[in-house]
Amino acid sequence: MAGLKTMAGAVVTAPLGWLARLLDPPLRLWQRVAGQNGMAAFFLAPTMAIFSIFVLLPLVLNIAYSMTSGPALFLTERSFVGGAQYARLLSCENHFDFSTCVEDQFWTALRNTALFTVLQVAALIVAATVTALILDRDLRARSFWRAAFFFPVLLSPVVVGLIWRWILDRDGVLNAGLDAVGLTPVNWLLERDWAFLSVIGVTIWAHLGFFALILLAGLQAIPRDLYEAAEMDGTPRARVFWRITLPLLMPNMLVVIVLALIRAVQVFDEAFVLTGGGPGTATLFLTQYIYEVGFASLLKNPGLAAAASILMGGVLIVLTLVQLGLARRNERRSKLK
Amino acid sequence: MRKTLAATALGLALLGSSALASDVRIMWYSDGVEGEVMRDLVERFMAENPGINVILDEVPFQVVREQLQIQLEAGEGPDIARVTNIKALARHWLDLTPHLSDPDYWRTNFGTHADWMREDGSQAITGFLTQLTLTGGFANRTLFEQAGVALPGAGATWDDWVNAAAEVAASQGTAAAFAIDRSGHRISGATASFGANYIGADGLPAPVDAGVREFAGKLVQWVADGRMLRDTWVAAAGTSYRAAADDFINAAIPFYYSGSWQIANFSTKIGDAFDWVAVGSPCGTVGCSGLAGGAALVAVRYTENPAEVAKVMEFLAREDIIREFSERTLFLPAHAGVIAAGGLDWQTEDRNVGPALDKFVAAAENILPAAAALPSWKWASAYYGALVNRISQVMAGEMTLDEALARIDQDIAEQVAAAQ
Repeated sequence: MAGLKTMAGAVVTAPLGWLARLLDPPLRLWQRVAGQNGMAAFFLAPTMAIFSIFVLLPLVLNIAYSMTSGPALFLTERSFVGGAQYARLLSCENHFDFSTCVEDQFWTALRNTALFTVLQVAALIVAATVTALILDRDLRARSFWRAAFFFPVLLSPVVVGLIWRWILDRDGVLNAGLDAVGLTPVNWLLERDWAFLSVIGVTIWAHLGFFALILLAGLQAIPRDLYEAAEMDGTPRARVFWRITLPLLMPNMLVVIVLALIRAVQVFDEAFVLTGGGPGTATLFLTQYIYEVGFASLLKNPGLAAAASILMGGVLIVLTLVQLGLARRNERRSKLK
Repeated sequence: MRKTLAATALGLALLGSSALASDVRIMWYSDGVEGEVMRDLVERFMAENPGINVILDEVPFQVVREQLQIQLEAGEGPDIARVTNIKALARHWLDLTPHLSDPDYWRTNFGTHADWMREDGSQAITGFLTQLTLTGGFANRTLFEQAGVALPGAGATWDDWVNAAAEVAASQGTAAAFAIDRSGHRISGATASFGANYIGADGLPAPVDAGVREFAGKLVQWVADGRMLRDTWVAAAGTSYRAAADDFINAAIPFYYSGSWQIANFSTKIGDAFDWVAVGSPCGTVGCSGLAGGAALVAVRYTENPAEVAKVMEFLAREDIIREFSERTLFLPAHAGVIAAGGLDWQTEDRNVGPALDKFVAAAENILPAAAALPSWKWASAYYGALVNRISQVMAGEMTLDEALARIDQDIAEQVAAAQ
C-alpha cells in the first residue's frame, strides 16, 4: 500500500521535476542578466498584465469618457468637453441648498451616501463587536450560532433585497404580523425615515456575519492569561473590555472599519432592490445615481455617469489611503512596544 | 488520405460558415403570452426556410430598455429586436427596402406608423408594429358592484373616476382608489386631455404648460390624500418604470390606468376571480385622450445577414401571420389590411376580453392631435423621463410643483443638449 502511494506520488511529482529542471537554466541566465529586480518584474508581469487590462485600462477609459459628451459609445465618436461634466456635477449657487445645483440629484445622492456611511458603519461596528463577543463565549451549540450569523453573507444581495422587501412591503409579512396583534401597520418602504433605516438595517443584517467573523478571529488571538490576571485582580468586566479587549482588538477593528466604510460608499444592490432609491430620492445613493444617468434613463449620458464615478472613486481612494496610513501607524506602534 | 481529410475539413468549414451566415437572432420581450406565440411562428418559419436559423432570445423588458441601446451604440446587438423606444433609436434600424420582395405591401399596410420607427424625413422601411397599443383605464366591476357604486359613464372626467373609485375603496377596504403606471408615457394622454402640448414650433421640446401643471397637480393631490396608491410612483427614484398591474390583479385597487397590452395579462392572471372592464381614458378639460404607442419589430442595421433578416420580417409581417398573432396574443393589430378586413377571432374564453378590446378600438377615435404626435417625436423619451423623475419628488414632498416644473424644463433641455 505504501509502495503504491510512493509510486503515485512519483507519477505526480516527476513531470514537475522535469519541468523545473528544464526551466532552471534559462531562469538563472535571466537572473544574471536582469538582476533581482528584473526577476521580480518577470514574475509580476502576468499579474500586472491582467491588472492593466481589467482595472487600469477601464479606469483610464472611464477618465477619458468623463471628459466627453454625447450618446455615442465609441470614444472616437464622442465630443471632447474637458472638465465640463465635472463642472456640471459640482456646480451649485449655494452648496448648502441642493435645489440650486445643476445636478441636484447628484448632491442628494452624495448626502444620502455620506449619512448612510456614517450611520451604517457605526451601527455595524457596534453590532459586529457585540456579536463577536457573544460568539466568543462558551455558548451551547456555538458552531451553529456562528454559522447562523454568517449565513446571510452567503446570500446574493438581490436575494437579500427581495426577502426583505417581502417582509417590509405595505402588505408584507411584518405588517401582517403587526395587524394580527392589533398594531397599526407602517409603510416601512414608503416613509422617508423608515425607508432609510430599513436600508441600514438590511445591509447590516446582510454583512454582519462577515465582520463579526474578522473580529472573532481577533478576539481569539488575545492571550487568555491577560483575562486571568484581570480576574485575579478583580477588575470589573467593563474595564477589562475597555483596557484589554478593545486595544488588542484594534488591528482587526481597523480592517473592519475601513472595509465597512468602502462597502458602505459603494452601497447599491440591496438598496436598489429594496427601495429603488425611493421614496422620492430618500434612499438614492451615489452608485444608483451613476447607474440611472449612465444606463437606466431613456436618454443615457455616459459622460456624466463616468465623471460621477470618478468622483466617487476619489472618495474611495481617500478612504483607502486613510486605511493604509492607520495600518502603518499601528504597525509602527506595535514594533515600538 | 491527406486530400480526403483536407476536403472534409474544407467542407466542414464551409458548412459551418454557411450555417453562421444564415443565423438571425431576435431579441424579444413579452408582456403576456406573445413569446409562446412567437416561438411557434419562428419554428414554422424555419420549417419553411431550412437555410435560415432563427434564434429567439427571450429577455425581460428591462433588458431591452437598458441594455439594447448600449449594444446598438457599440454597433452590436441582435439582428431583429422588439422595442418600444422606437423613434429615439431610429438611427440604428436597417432600411429593409432593398431586401424586400414587395416594399409596397409594407407601405400600404404599415405606412401609417412607419414614421414612428424611422428618422425624421426618411422613407426607410425599418419594421412593423407587432401591436398597436393605447393607454386606458380598467375598472374592477365586481368591487364597484359590491360597493353599490355605479361605473362612471361616457364623458366622465378624471375626478369623476377617482372619486367613484375612492367610494369603492372606502367601502371595500382596498389599499387605495386607483393607480397609474410610473411612466411618462402613461400620463401623457391625460396631460393632453388637459391641453398640454410637448412639441414646440421648432420641433424641439416646448416648456411644460398649464395642461401638464393641472394633471400633475391632481396626481400629487391624489397621492397626498391617499386616493392614488403611493407604492407605484413614490417608492422609486429616477426614471424607473413601475407598473401597478399586480395591484389591480390582486384587487388592491378598483381603478387602474395602464393600457391595452394588459388585456392578455389580466385574462391570464385574473381568470374568473372578478369581472373587469376597460373604460377608455377619462376626460380632462379639452378631451378624453389616451396615448397610442406600440411595440415594434425592427431590423438592426448592424446585422451581417440583411437578406435573411428581411425574409424573417416578411414572414412575420404576412397578413395571415399578423392576424394569427393578434388573435392568439389578444393584441390590437397595426396592419391596415387586417384592420380593414376585421372579424378577428380572439382566441379566449374570457368574457371580459372581447368587450375590452372593442373599447380600446373605440377609444382610439378620441386621441387628441397633441397626443397623436408624440409616438413619432424624437424627444418624447426625454419629456417622459423628466416628468416621472420630478413629479415623483413632489409626491414624496421633496420639492414643490413649481420647482418640479422648472426642473423638468431644465432636465429636458440638458438631455437634448447632451444627446445632440
